[in-house]
Amino acid sequence: MAEELKLFRTWSSRFALRVVHALKIKGLEYETILEDLKNKSDKLLEYNPIYKKVPVLVHNGKTICESLVILEYIDETWKQCPLLPQDPYEKAMARFWAKFGDDKVMPSVWTAFISQGKDQEEAIAQAAGNFRFLEEQLNGKKFFGGETIGYLDLAFGWLANLIGIMEEITGLKLVNAEEFPLLSAWINNFADDPVIKELWPPHDKMVEKFQAQCEPYLKKVA
Amino acid sequence: MAEVKLFGVWASPFSRRIEMALKLKGVKYEFIEEDLKKKSPLLLKYNPVHKQIPVLVHNGKPIAESLVILEYIDETWEGPAILPKDPYERAQARFWAKFLDEKCIPAMWKACWSTGDEREKAREEVIEILGILDNEIKGKKFFGGDNIGLVDIAGNLIGYWFGIITELAGLEIVTEDKLPNFRKWINEYNNCSFVKENLPPKDKLIVFLKARFEAFNTSK
Repeated sequence: MAEELKLFRTWSSRFALRVVHALKIKGLEYETILEDLKNKSDKLLEYNPIYKKVPVLVHNGKTICESLVILEYIDETWKQCPLLPQDPYEKAMARFWAKFGDDKVMPSVWTAFISQGKDQEEAIAQAAGNFRFLEEQLNGKKFFGGETIGYLDLAFGWLANLIGIMEEITGLKLVNAEEFPLLSAWINNFADDPVIKELWPPHDKMVEKFQAQCEPYLKKVA
Repeated sequence: MAEVKLFGVWASPFSRRIEMALKLKGVKYEFIEEDLKKKSPLLLKYNPVHKQIPVLVHNGKPIAESLVILEYIDETWEGPAILPKDPYERAQARFWAKFLDEKCIPAMWKACWSTGDEREKAREEVIEILGILDNEIKGKKFFGGDNIGLVDIAGNLIGYWFGIITELAGLEIVTEDKLPNFRKWINEYNNCSFVKENLPPKDKLIVFLKARFEAFNTSK
């Protein structure tokens, strides 16, 4: 019997994109089920009854939810092209920084782009503080994973994808190359990688989507 | 110089998680009690990002975030397994540990610290969320199976602290009719001799938490 491997995702989900890239790096064939989050399929609700979100990976009838949990599952199930380091300390560091990315960096970036006035100044400073930590982590490496893209790079993929789009929409240059040379270089290296590039969601469609999402916030200019 | 150091607080469920894991593996460690109102320079050096406990320092290398530390301990030292071997079982354990921290604990805090109209609504919300856990633990002794695992260790706040806090707050949440399986797990957990050894003494904790409740109520 052929192995069943399915991924429930949306065309734009930054969380699902982590899994898309991971599966590509591992060279795995799978079926994509594209979801409309305004009209979720019965299967999605059955497979992820708690969060009702994408991504969901289905492997031989077993379902796995939460993108970072899925990445670790993929890495432990298929041993080629390891995503996480072997060393337990390095692994712990990757997990720590991935959590930092989701819990702190992501909200700070979003707030920096959509807030106004004094709030925005503070939000930009907050985001910059977070970027400084990432700058230290890159420390002369091409990727967080070293020479090749790994778990932590995939965890931060949203940054490489969305920063450019949001800078385009808002006119705010949040990650400038002078202040954050390593992070800027990482963004370019990640985005230019053939595996990553091939699977980026369509740029114009993303701009349109985020423009619509940002409008209510940007309209508040006094 | 001790090879393994743990920066924590006696009353914190998060540093107790780490102590439980270290004891499970039979690892000798030095415990450094922190005063969170006056954090030590070492803590700030070892966890500059969050400036929080717990921080495990192994051979001079620091690791922060309790769930990250738990996995590190499991991968570094031999002894009873904290996570299962099978990748799917591991994914499940990680999912539920995350669910505890991201959904259960915030809902619990909200219910305990809410007042007025908000309180009943918050109480219903936490019961609904714990209902999901109740369903998951059905038919099992521990979340880890026959022995405690990652989710049980991470469940110390929900399993022990929660009962004390809800009593102090005058809230009834884990009832037989609404959460029978979860209630059974709480009993199993609190009666497990290994777990009991690694929890702060109840009377001391009650005094500590009571003071916090009083401070909160006075400040309103």
